This record gives sequence, structure tokens and C-alpha cells, in this order.
Amino acid sequence: MATEIEEGLLKALQLIFSADPTVLEVTARSVLISGSATILSVLWGLPIAAAIGLRKFPGRFVVKGIFNSLLGVPTVALGLLLYLVFSKSGALGFLRLLYTPFAMIIGQAALITPIVVSFIANAIESVDPEIKDLAKTLGASETEASVAVMKESLNGIALAIAASFNRAIAELGVALMIGGNIAGVTSVLTTVIALETSREPTPELPIAWTIILLIIVFTVNVAINFIRRRKT
Amino acid sequence: MKPLISLQSVSKTYRDITALDKVNLEILEGEVLSLLGPNGSGKTTLLKIIAGIEKPTNGEVRFKSAIVNEGNTAQLRRKTTMVFQKTALFSANVYENIAYGLKLRGLSKIQTQGKVKEALAKVRLEGYEKRQAKKLSGGEQQRVALARALALEPEMLLLDEPTANIDPRNVSIIEDALTRVNKQERTTLVIATHNMFQAEALANRAALLLGGRIVKVGLPQEIFRSPPRLLEEYARLENVFSGTSRVTGEGTTIIDIGQGLQIEAAFQKGGNISVHIRPEDIILSVRPIVSSARNTFEGRITEISDLDTLVKLKIYAGKYFTAQVTKRSFNEMQVNMDSKVFLAFKASAVKII
Repeated sequence: MATEIEEGLLKALQLIFSADPTVLEVTARSVLISGSATILSVLWGLPIAAAIGLRKFPGRFVVKGIFNSLLGVPTVALGLLLYLVFSKSGALGFLRLLYTPFAMIIGQAALITPIVVSFIANAIESVDPEIKDLAKTLGASETEASVAVMKESLNGIALAIAASFNRAIAELGVALMIGGNIAGVTSVLTTVIALETSREPTPELPIAWTIILLIIVFTVNVAINFIRRRKT
Repeated sequence: MKPLISLQSVSKTYRDITALDKVNLEILEGEVLSLLGPNGSGKTTLLKIIAGIEKPTNGEVRFKSAIVNEGNTAQLRRKTTMVFQKTALFSANVYENIAYGLKLRGLSKIQTQGKVKEALAKVRLEGYEKRQAKKLSGGEQQRVALARALALEPEMLLLDEPTANIDPRNVSIIEDALTRVNKQERTTLVIATHNMFQAEALANRAALLLGGRIVKVGLPQEIFRSPPRLLEEYARLENVFSGTSRVTGEGTTIIDIGQGLQIEAAFQKGGNISVHIRPEDIILSVRPIVSSARNTFEGRITEISDLDTLVKLKIYAGKYFTAQVTKRSFNEMQVNMDSKVFLAFKASAVKII
């Protein structure tokens, strides 16, 4: 067993460094889908987070509570829900999105929206409340003062985005249930690792994919840490 | 002098807490007004309303006779700048911090650079532009905050406890800069402070705030002649003692300050008086002090606060005394909380209030 893994590791490194076309393709698709999902979730999550973090509207704690409890939603549960929505008889069945990368992007974006909203709202709330007053007394309008507060929370925002991307690229449930792991169309790192391990005669390919997945996750974290350290 | 700001029956409530209760106050153009009052008396709220950061719940604020409302608060904010008690700084370098307000006013890069340089010179922090603001010492941070306000050349500067918890060297730099900006640029200053000696040194007028109400406005000296009980209530007084005094045959005065403690002073005055001893005039020792100082007491350390290069100690010797020593002598004494110490001060260090 141990030698199998060792051999697998060696083979995996060979595959990575010889730029195996399948490995490259699956990796690129994973990054593209999860990257797009992250961008999408930030587009709609950031305004919600900013509203929670900056304004004191009635029901603010309810909204925050909902997003907080959605943080732990099982990916398969969301996958199943979206499958029902996108399937032929579902509400959005007419769009024919099931088993397409678009459905996966939407699904992953929905999955990580609670992370984006909760983490960014927390980052904004943890900024010294005097920063807003400070900006105002220096001549800022309400909007300019809010921008100043957001700027102070950039570190936390970056961290939230990194965590969201990592969750998206590492999740299996949504990708599998509404992507379907169709080779050349919707297969991504997690789905190939999960489904093809048993089909492959030797474990090199799955191990290579796992290593790539880990490298991506670590690289994103290191990059974010580097940026954060430089900022402060 | 014309009023720059006048408050008419201004109240502020937060849910069921009344922070300000029907405050009437005029701030005159070019004056230095000190706001005295204990913690929680409403000083900060009052300053924020004058600054246009908070809206009063009731009452009216006039800026140069125009009523301040939604429409012109922005204008008021461009002419008055507040410096907060807890130094608030942007997570950026000193230059970016000072340039923030200038950029909002649409100044060019060259103009901004010039103003930043000028402002840093006023607080004697020349060449600090590239330093990370939050990595400076407490005193330097407060000087950056002051420079940031001065750079905007406001008509009125509002300062909330600008020198609390700062060592004397930084305090004197800040006080010098404030005096200069008032004298040379005719900037109106409103200084909220606990420290009545600062109020007396800097201000033309003082207003006493108690429980959200202005109870007295007048010359600083007039306020200090208020009954001692009122004085003790409004200021976090350090080394201020009241009691009955009698003149001795040697020409000094003995003041009985209660708890069996007597202070000897070099002046001659009988009756009920209040006296003050500057914290830096008190000598500390771990062994009994034999010296020419007329006053020696034994006590225990109850509080130690670190101020950049100095250490401030609170000592209980029947009454609380505050003494100030350099960090080096503090370390050499090897004392800690609850350590026994002896304190001494000369009769000439006792000043009558």
C-alpha cells in the first residue's frame, strides 16, 4: 500500500510536470468554474455584507443569522435542491442548464454566498467604529465615509474571498449533482478524484489531481497571507 | 467676539439614556474654550454634535447664525475638525493619513505634499511621511492625528482629551502646537479635558459639564473657585486635597486632609483650602526617605500605567497620590503592584488652588 502511494506520488509529479493534457484541462476547468462562482458570489454578496456591516436597518440581525446558519449547509443538500430546480420538470428546467458548467458556477456561487456575506460583514463590523466618524470630521460624505470603513476591512475581505474560493474548488456535492462529471465538459478535480479512483487500474491520476487541488488551495492561502502581511 | 457656534437647548438621547440635557452654549470666534467634566458627563457627545457628526435629538445648532440642518452639515464638517480621544488612525502610512482630508477637498498632489509637510512640522514630526501610523508610539500617534486636523486649516478645532495618557514631552508639543494655531491662525479651539491645569493654561473660558448639563461657564479661575465637592466631582483630580489649614509658627501652613494625613505647604493661608502637588514633584523610594522634604508618607502601589518613556503610579497612603517616574528609575526600584513605597515632596511643591 505504502509503495503504491509512493509510486503514485512519483507518477503524479511526472504527470504534472509533463503537462499531461487531461490533467491540465481538468485543472483549468476547476479554476475557471470556481473562480467564476467566487466572482459571482462577491458581486451579489458584497452589497449585502456592506449593508449588514455599515447600516443599522431593522431585521439586520435576522438577515445576519440566516447567512450564519447557511454557512454549514451540506453541499449535497444544496446539490439536490439545485438538481430539482434545474431538472427538466424543475422551475428553471426550460433553461436546460443541468450538466453544464453554467449550472455549476451558479450552484457553487450559491454555496459560498453565506461565507462571502458573513465573513465580509464581520470584517466590516470589526473596523473601529470611530473610523467612520473620523472620515466624516475630515470632510467625507456618508458614502465616502463608508468607503473608508471598507478600505480598513480590506484584509478581512481578501480573507473571505480566499476562503470562498477554497470552499468552491474543494466541494464535491454541487459539482457532482448538477455537473455530472461529463469528461471534457463538466469534470472538475473533485469529481474526477471521487469517481475515477475506483475505475483507474492504478491510483496515479487521482493522486496527481489531489496534489494539484492541494497546491491550488495552499497557493491561494499563501498569496492572501502575503498580501495581508504587506498591507499591515 | 462673535459667536461661531451657538447651541440652543440641545439635547441628545440614546434610547433611554440622556447624554445631553438642554445645553445652551456659545463658542466665540478665535477663543479657546475648555469643556470640563467627568467621564460620562457628555463631553464627547457635545463635541460630536458641534462637529456635525451626531445630530441632536432636540434643540438647535447654529454655525455663524445659520441653523445647521441636513443640507449644510457637510459645509460645517469642512470647517470644523475633531480630534478623538482614542487616537483613530487609518491603517496606512502617516502621509496617507494626513492627506485623506486634503484629497477629499480636491487638492492636487503637489499642494497635498506641501500641506502634509507643513502640518508635520507643526507637531515636530518632520520626515515621518512614510512611517506606518499605527506603529508609532502613543504620543506620536496623537501628534499625527493633530497634524491631520491642522492640515485642513479648519476654522474650529475640537479636541477630545487630546493629551490623556500621553507622556509630558508629547503633551508639551501638542499644547505648543495648539497655542500657536490659536494665536497665529486665529483657529477657535474647544478642548474637552479632565485636567483643570491644562484648562487654565490654555483656555480663555471654561464650561463645566455635569450629567449632560452645563452647570457653569466662565473664566477657568472662576470655575476652580467652585466648592471643593463640586470640583472633586468634575475632574479626575490627581493629587488634589482639600482640608482645614492653619499657619504654623515657622511661617508654613499645615493642611489636615483627613485620614490622619497632614500636608505642610510653604505658603501661609488658614481656613478651608484645596491644594495640588504635581505628580513629577513627588519622589519615590523603597526605603524610608531622609531628606529635607517636609512631607513624607508611606503607602502601597495600587495602579501602574505605562506612558511611553514614563511610568505613572498611584499610591494609597490613606489618600491616593499620583507620582510619575522615568521608566528607568521604575525598573531600578523593582517595585510592583502592592509594593510598599515611601513618597516625599517639598513644602514648596504644594500649590494652592
